[in-house]
Amino acid sequence: MSEVTEQRRLKTPAGTVGTAVVLPTRKPRSLWSDAWRQFRHHRLALAGSFVLLFLVIATLVGPFLWPIPWNRFDMAEALQGPSLRHPFGTTDLGHDIFARILWGGRISIAVGVVAMLVAVLLGTLIGAVSGYFGGFLDSFLMRMTDMFISIPSLPLLLLITYLFQDRMKAIFGIEVGMFLLIVLVIGGLNWMPVARLVRASFLSLKQKEFVEAAHCIGVGTGGIIFRHILPNTLSPVIVAATLGVAQAIITESALSFLGLGFPPDIPTWGRMLYDGINWIEFAPWMVLFPGGVIFLTVLSINYVGDGLRDALDPRRMFAV
Amino acid sequence: MTQYLVRRILISIPTLIAISIVIFTILALAPGDPLAEFAMNPAVPPEVRQRIRQSMGLDDPIPVRYMKWASSMLRGDFGYSFRSKSPVIDLIRQRLPTTLYVIGTAYLVSVLIAIPIGVLSAIRQYSIFDNVATTLAFIGFSLPTFVTGILFILIFSVKLGWLPMIYRTTIDTGGLLGVWEKVKQALMPIMVLGLFETAALTRYTRAAMLETIHQDYVRTARAKGLSERTVIVRHAMRNALIPVVTIVALSIPGIFTGAVITEQIFRVPGMGSLLISAIRDNDTPVIMAITIIFSALVVLFNLIADILYGVLDPRIKYE
Amino acid sequence: MKPESLSGCRELGVTREEGVVMDELKQLEVAARSGQLSRREVLKRAAALGLSAPAVASLLAACARQEATPTTAPAAPTPAPATPAPSASPTPAAAASPTPAAAKRGEGGLVKLLWWQAPTILNPHLAQGTKDFDASRIVMEPLADVNDAGELVPILAEEIPSVENGGVAKDAKSVTWKLKRNVKWSDGKPFTAKDVKFTYEYIINEATTATTIGNYKVIESIETPDDYTVVIKFKNPNPAWMNVFVGPYGMILPEHILRDYVGEKARNAPFNLNPIGTGPYKVKEFRPGDVVVYEVNEQYREPDKPYFARVELKGGGDATTAARAVLQTGEVDYAWNLQVEATVLDQLEKAGVGVVEVIEGVNVERILINMTDPRKEVDGERSKLGVPHPWQSDLRVRRAYALACQRDVIANTLYGRAGKATSNILVAPERFVSKNTSWKFDLNEAAKLLDEAGWTKGPDGVRQKDGVRMEIVYQTSINPVRQKTQEIIKNAFEQLGIKVELKSIEASVFFSSDPGNPDTYAHFYTDIEMFTNGPSSTYPLDYILAWYGKEDNIAQKANNWSGNNIERWQNPEYDKLFEQAQTELDPKKQEELFIKMNDLVVNEVVVIPLVHRNSVSGRKKDLTGLELSRWTDETWNIANWRRSS
Repeated sequence: MSEVTEQRRLKTPAGTVGTAVVLPTRKPRSLWSDAWRQFRHHRLALAGSFVLLFLVIATLVGPFLWPIPWNRFDMAEALQGPSLRHPFGTTDLGHDIFARILWGGRISIAVGVVAMLVAVLLGTLIGAVSGYFGGFLDSFLMRMTDMFISIPSLPLLLLITYLFQDRMKAIFGIEVGMFLLIVLVIGGLNWMPVARLVRASFLSLKQKEFVEAAHCIGVGTGGIIFRHILPNTLSPVIVAATLGVAQAIITESALSFLGLGFPPDIPTWGRMLYDGINWIEFAPWMVLFPGGVIFLTVLSINYVGDGLRDALDPRRMFAV
Repeated sequence: MTQYLVRRILISIPTLIAISIVIFTILALAPGDPLAEFAMNPAVPPEVRQRIRQSMGLDDPIPVRYMKWASSMLRGDFGYSFRSKSPVIDLIRQRLPTTLYVIGTAYLVSVLIAIPIGVLSAIRQYSIFDNVATTLAFIGFSLPTFVTGILFILIFSVKLGWLPMIYRTTIDTGGLLGVWEKVKQALMPIMVLGLFETAALTRYTRAAMLETIHQDYVRTARAKGLSERTVIVRHAMRNALIPVVTIVALSIPGIFTGAVITEQIFRVPGMGSLLISAIRDNDTPVIMAITIIFSALVVLFNLIADILYGVLDPRIKYE
Repeated sequence: MKPESLSGCRELGVTREEGVVMDELKQLEVAARSGQLSRREVLKRAAALGLSAPAVASLLAACARQEATPTTAPAAPTPAPATPAPSASPTPAAAASPTPAAAKRGEGGLVKLLWWQAPTILNPHLAQGTKDFDASRIVMEPLADVNDAGELVPILAEEIPSVENGGVAKDAKSVTWKLKRNVKWSDGKPFTAKDVKFTYEYIINEATTATTIGNYKVIESIETPDDYTVVIKFKNPNPAWMNVFVGPYGMILPEHILRDYVGEKARNAPFNLNPIGTGPYKVKEFRPGDVVVYEVNEQYREPDKPYFARVELKGGGDATTAARAVLQTGEVDYAWNLQVEATVLDQLEKAGVGVVEVIEGVNVERILINMTDPRKEVDGERSKLGVPHPWQSDLRVRRAYALACQRDVIANTLYGRAGKATSNILVAPERFVSKNTSWKFDLNEAAKLLDEAGWTKGPDGVRQKDGVRMEIVYQTSINPVRQKTQEIIKNAFEQLGIKVELKSIEASVFFSSDPGNPDTYAHFYTDIEMFTNGPSSTYPLDYILAWYGKEDNIAQKANNWSGNNIERWQNPEYDKLFEQAQTELDPKKQEELFIKMNDLVVNEVVVIPLVHRNSVSGRKKDLTGLELSRWTDETWNIANWRRSS
C-alpha cells in the first residue's frame, strides 16, 4: 500500500527525504518495513497473530495428528467431561469434541474470513464509488443498498437453496460448491453496513485538503479513490471486518438450520455451539469449547486488525 | 437543502415500489407451504392441502398476485393474514407496543452505554479499562444471543429465581406491582439484546474516536488550552460520530422487525417473531406488510443519516 | 372479592420473592395434604416414577402416617393472601374424600399452559396445525372424544352409538347419535341437532376450504328427525364411522353464529378469532401467534366445573425452554410436546418442580425406501412409477438396509422416554398391532445379503455392481434428533460399503405440498427418506392408505404428487386387503386384515420402522386430573383439570 507513503510525503515532505540524507548507507525504509516495525511494537497485535496462526495450523494439521477421527462416535463415551483421552470432553453421541473443533475449525475459519472478505470488498467498492461520485450513481447504489437491507433473509435463503444448492453441488462438488455458496450468501447479505460506512467516510474525506492537493498535482480518479481516500476509511472497515468474522461463523451455523450449507453431520464451530446449548448445565464443555475458540479467533483477528490499522496509520507513526 | 429533501423523498417512492416487487417475487418463488404440518396427518390428505394452497392464490402467476396485493395496498389495506384470517394491521398493532418497549429499550440502552465506553476506550487506548472493554465486547459478540439468552435464564430464572423467563402480554395487575412485573419480564430480553448491540457499537465508536483524536485539529484544540472535556466532546467526537450515526441509523429500523432469536427465547410477542412465523407459514400478506414498513423505515433513516452527515461535517454537500 | 387460591395470588401480581415463599408454603401444603392422596394414587405415581418395591412400601407407610395425623400446618403462616384461601386450608371434608367432586367452579384461579407453537386461529375446521385444534378444543366440543384406550367418550352425545343400542346400523351405512339436552352455547342459545348438520354443510362446502374435509367426504346425507337426534348416512358401509364428529376433527360449530359465513366468506368470520362454543371456557382475549386467554363459560352444563377460573395458553418459543419453564422454574403449569433430548429432559426433571408425562403415541419414525429411480428423469419427473430403482427394487438390498438400522440405540439414546424401537408401522390401536414381526441389527448378515445380490465392495470400499456404485442420498427434515439419527444410520451403512450423503431440508419445505418444489417428501427424489407418521383414527384406514398401489394413489406428476403412496410400491395382495378393510365390519377380520397389511409392508421392507414415538409433555406437580389421550387433543378434558396436592 504505497498510497500511504505518498500521503505521508504530502503531509511531512521532509521526513522521508531527511532519513535518506542522514543515513545514506541504509536502504530507505519501505512502507512495509515501517508497518512491520510498528506492528512489532503492538504487543497485543503480535499475540493475536500468533494465536491466529496457531489456530490455523492446528486446524490444518491437527486432524491428521489427533488419533480420534472427528466423525467417530461411541455411545459408551457420551457426555464425558474433559479428560486426557478427550481433552475437550465428548458430545451426547460420544464424539470427541477436540477432534471436531480441529476439523470444524477449517470450515469455520475459512468461512468466517472469506465471507468477511467478500462482504468487506463488496461493501467498500460500492461505498467508495457511491461516496466519491455522488449524484445519480450514489442515489442508485444507495437505494439498492436500502433494498438489500429490507429483504427478509429467510425466504431469500430458502430461495437460494432451492435455486442453486443442487447446481453448485453438481458443478463444484459438494464441499467446494457449498463453501462457495455459503461465503457468497453470507458476504452478499452483509456488505450493506460496510458500504454505508465507507460512503460516509468518503463524503467527508473527499472535501478534505489533501484530496484537493492530489487533484492539483494531477492524480487520476482511481488514484484518488484507492490511494488517497480509501486508506483513511480503514478504521471502521476493520471493525466491520472483525465483527464480520464472528458474524459469519455464527451465521454459517444458522444457515445449516435452513438446510443451506454443509451436510448436517459436518461439525462447524457455530453448529457445535448450537448443538451444545441444551446441555449447557449438564455438559458445559459442549458450549464452552466451541464458544471459546470462536471468541479466541475473533478476538485475535480484532487485535491483528487493530495492530494493522495502527501500523498503517501515518499519523500515528510519531506517537510511538 | 429543501430541494435535496424533496428530491430524496420523491426518489423513495419508486424505490419502495421496486423493493416491494423484488420482495414479492422472492416470496413467491421461495419454497414452503402454509400447511406443511399436516403432511404427517393422514386425516388431512394431500389433495385437501393442495386445494387450500390454491385457494390462497399461492399457485397463481406472480404478476397477478402482485397486482392484487399492490392495489389493495394502495387503498391502505394490508389485507388479511392467510393463517389467522385476521386483518394484518391488527396483528401489527398487537405487536408494535411490545416491540418498541422491549427491543427499542434494548437499542436505546446499548447506544447510551456503548458511546461513552467507546469514547473512553479510545481516549485511554490499551489501558486496563480499554482491554477489559474490548474483551467484554468480543465475548458479547462471539456469544450469539441464543447462548447468552439461555445463560441468563439459567442464572436469573433457574438459579436465582429473580426474573420470569416467559414474557406475558396478559399481565393485568394494576398499580405499581403491575408496572414492576412488566419491567421485570423485559429485563432479560433487554440485557441479552443490549449486550449484543453494545458490543458492536462500542467497537465502532472506539475506532471512530481513535481516528479523530490524533487528528491535527484536535491537537490544535488542545494546544489552544481548551479543557480535555471540550476537546473530546466538541472537537473529536463530532467527527467521530459519522460512522456511529451510520451504524445507529442502520439499526433503528431493525427495532421494528425486532430481534427474532431473542424474542423466540423469551417468547416476546414482537414483530420479529410475527415476521418469522409468517415466513415459515408462507403468509404473504403479513410478510409483505412488515417488510414494506421496514423498508420505508430503512429509506427514511438512511435519509436522516445523510442529513446528519451534513450537520456533523459542514463540508459535506447535498447533491 | 372472590376467595383467591394460591395460584390466583400469582395472577394478582405477587413479586417473585413472595412467590418463592408461597411455593415453599405450597410444598408444605403438599406435605400436609398428602393425607388426601389415596394409597392407590401413591402406588400409581410410584409406578410411573419407576420406584423400586421397597421404596414404594416406605412411601405407603408415610402415606399411612399422614392419614393418621391430621395436620394444620399450612393454615398457620399464610401472610400473602389477605382473604382466606380455601384451597390452602384443608377442610375436613376435602381431607376425607379423595375425589375432587367438592370443587367449586372457578376456584382454581389461573392455570398457565405453554405450547411452543402458538395458535393462530380458533376455528378447528380451518386449523392449520395441532396447536389450533388444541386451543379450539378448550372452547369447542365434538359429539364424542376418544380416550387413550381408544374408547369413545360421550361429550355432546348422550351415549355412544353401537350396534347393540341400535345407534350403528347393521350394515354400517348409517349411524344415529342422541344428543345431550341441557347444552347451551356460551351465548346462551341452545345446542341442537341442527348445529351438527350445519357443521357438516360448513365443512363439505369446498369453498370453505376446511382442513377437516377429508373425514366428511364419506357422508351421503345427514338427517335430524328431532332436535336431539342426528342420523348420518354414509355412501358405503363405513367401519370408520367414528371418524365423523368425533375428536379434534369433529368439533361442532354454532349455526346461529356462522350461518352467513359458509363457503368463501368463512375466512372472514369473526368467529375464527373469537369462537362461541359449548365447552367449559370461552375466549376472553386472543392474540394470534402469541396467547389465548380463556375464562369460564357460565353456560357450561356441569355446574361445579371447570375448576380453573382462567386459562392462559401461551405459544411460541422452543421445546427446551418450554421444558425448563415447567420442570425447572415452574412458571407454567403445563407444557405441550416436549421434544427434548432424552438426557436433557431427565436432568431437567430432577429439579423436582414438574413431572414429565409420557403416553404412548400413535406415530412411528420410519425410513421410506424408494422403489423407483430418483436419478433418472423420465417425462419431466424423477422417481417415476415404472422406472425401478437400480438396487432398492431388490428385496435383499432392502433387507440389508433394515439390518443396518440400530433401532434400540436410536430409541434409547436419542428418544429416551419419548420412544421405543419398533418393527411395526401400525402401533395403535392395540388390537391392530402385529406380533409377527421383529427386528435385529446385524451387519454381517446385511453384508451377506448384499454380496448375494451381487453388490460387492470395490477397491475404495464402496459396493458396486456392473459399474454402478451404491451411493445413496438420505433426506429428512431439519430437526436435531433426526440429524443424529441420520448420523447413526449413515455410520452403519458406510461400514457396509454403502456411501451415504445426508440431506436435511427445512420442515416447511420438506412437508410442503408445493408441486413445484423437488425437495418435498412426496416428490421423494432421493433414495431413502425419514419422517414420522401414524394413524389419526382408531380405524386407521386413512393411514394405511399410504401403501395402496392404485395408480392415482401414487405420488407422481400426474396428480401433482398428491398421492399418498410415496414409496411407489405396488403389491396386489396389499391392495386386495386394503379394499376389504374399507368395508369390513367384523372386528376379528378387521384385525386380521390390518395385521396382514402391516406385515406385508414390513417384510417387504418398503419402510423400515425405527421408533414408536411417545407423546411427552410436562406438568407442574400439583396439576392433576389430566387424562392425556393419544387420539385427541391434550386439552380435551380441561374441565376436569385441577390443582391439588
